[in-house]
Amino acid sequence: MGQAHIEVRDLTMAYGSFVIQRDLNFDVNRGDIFVIMGGSGCGKSTLLKHMLGLIEPSCGDIAYNGRNFTRANAAEQEAMRQRWGITYQNGGLFSAMTLAENVSLPLQLYTRYAPAEIADIVAYKLALVGLDGYQGYYPSEISGGMRKRAALARAIALDPEILFFDEPSAGLDPISSRLLDELIAQLKDSIGATVVMVTHELPSIFAIANNSVYLDNNSRTMIAQGDPAQLREHSDQPVVRQFLSRSAAASTSAAASEESQ
Amino acid sequence: MSSNTPDYVLDGHDREESSLRLSGDWVQGQHHGDFAALQSALRVSHPLRLTADGAGLGAWDSILMAFLLQCHNYCREAGIDFRTRNMPEAVERLLAVATAVSAHEPPADDAPHWLHALRPGKLLRDLVDRLRESLGFAGEVCIALARLVSGRANTRRIDFLTFCHQAGPDAFAIISLTSILVGMILAYLGAVQLQQFGAEIFVADLVVIGMLREMGVLMTAVVMAGRTGAAYAAQLGTMQTNEEIDAITTMGISPIEFLVIPRMLALVAIMPLLTVYANLLGIIGGGIVAGGMGISPVVYINQGLGAMTLAHLSVGVLKSFLFAALIAVAGCRAGINSGRSSAAVGQAATDAVVTAIVYLIVADAAVNIIFQQVGL
Repeated sequence: MGQAHIEVRDLTMAYGSFVIQRDLNFDVNRGDIFVIMGGSGCGKSTLLKHMLGLIEPSCGDIAYNGRNFTRANAAEQEAMRQRWGITYQNGGLFSAMTLAENVSLPLQLYTRYAPAEIADIVAYKLALVGLDGYQGYYPSEISGGMRKRAALARAIALDPEILFFDEPSAGLDPISSRLLDELIAQLKDSIGATVVMVTHELPSIFAIANNSVYLDNNSRTMIAQGDPAQLREHSDQPVVRQFLSRSAAASTSAAASEESQ
Repeated sequence: MSSNTPDYVLDGHDREESSLRLSGDWVQGQHHGDFAALQSALRVSHPLRLTADGAGLGAWDSILMAFLLQCHNYCREAGIDFRTRNMPEAVERLLAVATAVSAHEPPADDAPHWLHALRPGKLLRDLVDRLRESLGFAGEVCIALARLVSGRANTRRIDFLTFCHQAGPDAFAIISLTSILVGMILAYLGAVQLQQFGAEIFVADLVVIGMLREMGVLMTAVVMAGRTGAAYAAQLGTMQTNEEIDAITTMGISPIEFLVIPRMLALVAIMPLLTVYANLLGIIGGGIVAGGMGISPVVYINQGLGAMTLAHLSVGVLKSFLFAALIAVAGCRAGINSGRSSAAVGQAATDAVVTAIVYLIVADAAVNIIFQQVGL
């Protein structure tokens, strides 16, 4: 191994001349559960969209398995994306398709399984997220937590190398949210994937993450990197310690201006 | 059979214990053993315990997991104790996750046979329901209008102006194209017949009267039904999906006053203007064809002005008010009653256009009959 699974080098994200974050440098190791943290509006989801190739970086590179993703042509990017599973903030399930159709779509597109086998695999993928038997339901007919899990089932349909989550447990009750975290951790261990997630749910972060990056709203760059539990105790940045220990951060000017934005 | 073909062997046909020995590569593209065959074998032998042995297993992917899950589910149903042995660690873990929650039993599907769906009584009832719903909606709109007149409605002027802009100036190009062509078509149609009597000059009367009374307003209405009516349905349907309409309702604002009235008033205000514009362009289009048949522009204009009476013009403009209201009601009603998925929003837009066009044709026929009776 040795080499990092995902390498982000000198990444600057900007909308036109408005810089969101600059000079991001971090590695995600194989098998990590990596969390992108930061206050609201600091560019967490934007960073994720850059990593997914939905937005072009204004400068810098992102590499997967040592291969440059940013400079790759469309066909290569497509091939690399097939090894990823992605769930979006609102699930991103196709509302006009049943859960079975949602999960079987990537299987039909990218594998050589026979139709009967696909039905069996869909049942298995849904069973993994505790939704076997819900094949014929439409996303609008199930609850929000079930939608999140169904989106996860679709994301793992192709046994991905990397799982991306945008706010996986947003809008879930604490118990469902913990169960989803556990599920993510179990699946990660079983299929041996690397997990990258955007979240600011502290319980999730401490429960499952082992690596992270903190994006600061004020300096518009990353100010901390590493195991979140370590950062909470030992980060040299007070903002990061406050964020992770959820203390009333009114004392520092940095946090105060973050509130006002 | 090569050594890496996925397969299974069921051993030990006694009542106590059977073992299921898996071998080969259980990956996509390989034809693997069929679960149905195993199921019937198990049904015959019905052991107390079934152990899946993975000692001979090569490569594996989701297809193996799907197979094991089927075994597990069947055994749970049949009361067989299902175990695994010598399986890769990841397989054990995944199976544990997949079997943590037992499968959901969907309620029995009581969808009727398609022939049953054709019950004429039900069709008629649905039609009546739909009509009643439309009338109810029109009634709500009337109440909202009354509140607007008395100055108590939550209707924003800025919304009204925005929708005026969307319905009016933005629609100029398509209305210009369609009305010029309709004028030309009318002229061709008439000219061929009138030529037989040597009465080509009356093409001008035909185009002017045809456009003013009928074609100008009807074509404009059809275009607006497809363009604006569908847009209204899609806008309101999306707002329904995003729970915006719930938010409006719980703020104590009537969605009819806040969303439907500005759209409807905008369309009612703009449609007559578009109709007059369409009439003008249609007459010009007819003139182009007439010119091609040897009628000079001066003669065409003279003849046309003779046929152009206030009565003809007002018939078209009166219709345009009615049609605008019908298009807006059809579009907004479809949007507000839309379901909450992207497919439902598409359905709402389709509904809006179909309903609007049916309304238009029926209303046009009715209005023509009434005008005929009163001699307008």
